[in-house]
Order: sequence, then C-alpha cells, then structure tokens
Amino acid sequence: MSTVHSPKSKDDVTSHVSRVTRYGAIYAALWKTSVTREMSFKGNFLLWIIVELAWFGLQLAFVGVIFSQTTTVGTWTVWQVVLLTGTSSFIQQIYQAFFLVNCTNLSELVRTGKMDFLLLLPVNTRFVVSTRQVDLPSFANAAFAVCVMTYAAGKLHLHPTAVQFLGFGALCVIGLLVHYSLMFMLASVSFWTVRAQGIVWGYYSLFNIARMPDEAFRGVFKAVFTFALPVLLVSNVPVRVLADKLTSPAAWLALIGLGIVWALISEWFWRFSVRRYTSAST
Amino acid sequence: MKKYWHVIGIGIQNNLTYRVNYLARTLFSFIPLFAMLSLWRTIYAGKGQGSALGGYTQAQMIFYYLLVAVVDVLTAVNEDDWQIAADIREGNISQFLLKPIDYLWYRLCLFFSGRIAFIAMACVPLAVFIFCFRDYVVWPAGGAALPAFVISLVLTALLQFFISYTMAMLAFWLLEISTFIFILFAFEYLASGHLFPLDLLPPALQQVLFCTPFPSMLYVPIGIYMGKIVGTGIGLGLLVQSLWLLLAYALARFAWRRGIKKYAAFGG
Repeated sequence: MSTVHSPKSKDDVTSHVSRVTRYGAIYAALWKTSVTREMSFKGNFLLWIIVELAWFGLQLAFVGVIFSQTTTVGTWTVWQVVLLTGTSSFIQQIYQAFFLVNCTNLSELVRTGKMDFLLLLPVNTRFVVSTRQVDLPSFANAAFAVCVMTYAAGKLHLHPTAVQFLGFGALCVIGLLVHYSLMFMLASVSFWTVRAQGIVWGYYSLFNIARMPDEAFRGVFKAVFTFALPVLLVSNVPVRVLADKLTSPAAWLALIGLGIVWALISEWFWRFSVRRYTSAST
Repeated sequence: MKKYWHVIGIGIQNNLTYRVNYLARTLFSFIPLFAMLSLWRTIYAGKGQGSALGGYTQAQMIFYYLLVAVVDVLTAVNEDDWQIAADIREGNISQFLLKPIDYLWYRLCLFFSGRIAFIAMACVPLAVFIFCFRDYVVWPAGGAALPAFVISLVLTALLQFFISYTMAMLAFWLLEISTFIFILFAFEYLASGHLFPLDLLPPALQQVLFCTPFPSMLYVPIGIYMGKIVGTGIGLGLLVQSLWLLLAYALARFAWRRGIKKYAAFGG
C-alpha cells in the first residue's frame, strides 16, 4: 500500500495515524450494529448472562467441594484457587466478548461462501473476521468475575503494589492473546474440514484446564500445556503475580514469550489457510 | 417395526459422516479428564497414602471419573435436542404429521444410531486411555452389580433422551431454546455426579439432590457398579430411574400434543 519513503517521513506517520483512525471508525461501526442486534433480543441477552453465571457458579462449587476434602492443592489455598477461578473466568469472558463468536462463525463463513464478501472488503480480512460481532452479555459476566476476584483478594488480605497490579493486567492481556491465537488457529482448520462444529468443543476442553492450579500437574502433561500450548500459564501466572506466589521471573517471561510466538504462528497459519479458500456458493 | 430399523440404519450412516468430528471430540475430552485425574492425585498425595475422601480411595476416585467417561459415551445425548428443536422451528416435522411414523420413536431410533456411531469412533481411544490407567480399574462390586449396572445404563440412556426431547419441545413456543438447554446442562453436570462423586457433598444436600432426576441421569449406574449403592438400594435406584423415565416420557408426549396444537408449520 504505502509508497517507498524513509521510515520517519511525515507522510508515513500521517498514513499510520489515518489508518488507525480508519480502523477505529470501522470498529466503532461494528460495535454499533452489535449493540443494536443484541438489544433486539433483550430476553435472550439476560438468559445468556444466567447461563454463564450458572457455569461460573458450577466451577466455584467444585472448588468448594474440593476444599471440603483438603486444605491445599500443592501450595494453593482455597481463596487462591477462587482467585484463580475468577481470573480464568475473567479472561475467558473478555475473550468471549470480543472474539469467540467471530472465531466460531468462521467455519460458517467458509461453508456458505460468505467469505467472498469479506475478502473483497478494502480492510484487513483477519481484522474484520475477528471483530465482526461483540458479545455484550460477556461483559456483565466479566464484571461478575471481577467481583469474585476482589472478594477472594480481600480474603487473602492482598495489598498489591501498583507494579503487581499493572503486571497482572498486562499478563491478562497476554492471556487474552493466547486464547485468541489458539482459537483462531482452531477456527482456521475449517478451511480444510468445512464442517467444524467440534471447534468450540475443542476450545472449551483446552481452556478448561486454565482454571486449575498448575501444581496439580506433573510430567509430560504439564510440559505440553506449559511450553507447547501455554494454557496452564494463561491464568496461573497473573494470579501468582497478584498473590505473591511467583517463584521466579521465568513464569511471566515464558507467558509473554509464548504469547508472542503463538500470535505469530496463528497469523502464519491464517495466511496459509486463506490460500486454500475456494468459494462455495458462486 | 421394520421401518424403525431402517431409520436406525440410515441414522448410523448419516452419523458416520461425522466420524472425524466424533474422534476429535473424544480426543479433546481427554484433556480435561486427564487434568481432573491429576488434580485428584495431587490432593491424595497431600493427604498421605491410603486416605479416603468421602469414602473414596485414590484408586476409586480415579476410576469414578473413568467410569463417568464410559457412561457418558454410552448414554449422553449428542446433538439430538438441537436437531429436534431445529426440526420444529424449520417446519420439518410437518412430514411426520402425515406419515405413519411416530416422531418420538423416530428420534429415539436416531438417538440410538447416534450413540452407536459415536461408540464406534470413541471406543478405541477410550480403551487406550483406560488401559493407561489400568492400575485403577475396579471390577463391579458383587455379582448383582453387573446386571444391575447394565439395566441402569439403559434406563440412564432413555432418561437422557426423553429429558432432552421434552426440553426440545420448548421450540414450539420459543424461538431460541439453547439458553434453556445450557442452564439445564449446567445443573445436570453438577447434580448428576459428572463433576465429582455426589458422596463428597454434605448429606443434607445429597438428600435434596436425590429428589431430583439428575442422579438418575449418571450417578445411579456408577454408584451401583462401584458398590456405593448396594442391597435394596440397587432395586430402589432402578425403581427411581424407571419412575423418572415414565414421568419424562409422559411429559414428552404431553408437550408434543400441546405443541402440535400451536404449531404453524413454518417453511416445511
């Protein structure tokens, strides 16, 4: 797109700025249509909040049952695990709010051939595929997860410093990136199999273990889900930062490093997959 | 009767087109299952050897979850509820009102064929998974336990189906029923013993749960197999399952009859 300029030239800067504002405007428009759509099904909106609350309650009930039988899992105490469950749910809900529906819709776009239309739009296709819809009920559930996290932090008498707090926030964002990158890769598989209903199932199975304390695992399983698929880092590391449980900086370095690596792999896989796209309808 | 055999045959063929999907689902489900087993092993390790939690030794606890996986493969509904709801919403049931075929039995046949196809794809990976945990495998508790377990399994499968069928009947009145299905599934997941053995709950709560149909949807066959339900308890368990089954069946028939009166045959 851009003509050859020295990188610091004025034109280049303005083109970058205009690009950001352009994408910002597109995203604002997508938000507006999402809100409009959501508001036309108000009852459904409330029901989805209840569904997610029921599942979140279920996870908390499980924590309750486990700690009715024991006082610790490894070194994790009950309120630390509640904090972990809350954080895991928070990251997942924020991910769900921005991306999940769009990732699962990808296979539908491929199957019906609607992908044609998106490929023709003069914007980055991955951007528009990933952000088309915003899932508003998830924000309410994320807020509920924050309440649980705050309560657990109170029970643990945590007084996080500003650095801990910022670190926690930043690592949650990296966690979000891991969720998005892995799920988008799973969704890109639909360019091969077309009927990829199992994608959501796979996603939930995979991130199911993100809310479990990392010390519950050993051996190959732990290695795979820490270093290959960093699911065990996604919410464990931020919670360790917040709850003074960090043993070495290796944990958060690993999360950041693997987050970036998976984002790159996911982008590569997406480009590789799109090349396989053959329109279905026309 | 012959026509229903045809339905089963066609159903198996249809379902086998999703074989990769079934296989992927089974393999993916091993991740949380293995995680759960690791979690309990860690808890037992912290408790010291030979300790029992809620009457479960470590081996029994591990085996409980393996058995949940097996019973789940054998009895759980796959996408039957979504399909029935879609049939109603899209007007596909109109043809069944004209044909000499009962939609409920038709769906039951499809449920069976779905299970057969799923079992065909899941049995090998599941067997391998269980083989890896063969040290924990427990044999049925006593001679009566095995036949009772099998009967209980059949009742569980039928109950699973009829409850899903009844839920799907909501599609006559509502456009979107997935939220209701998910809420019910959340309750079932907890109260049927999917997430943990119900014996871990406080006794008062257990008694409340045993007044609901949920334990009949999973826990009863497992409890019988593992000797948590013994003696007259076995007969009682099967009786309770049968009663819930009859109730679910009656409700399914009732909901269908009411629904048909309201049915407007969109599209179909």
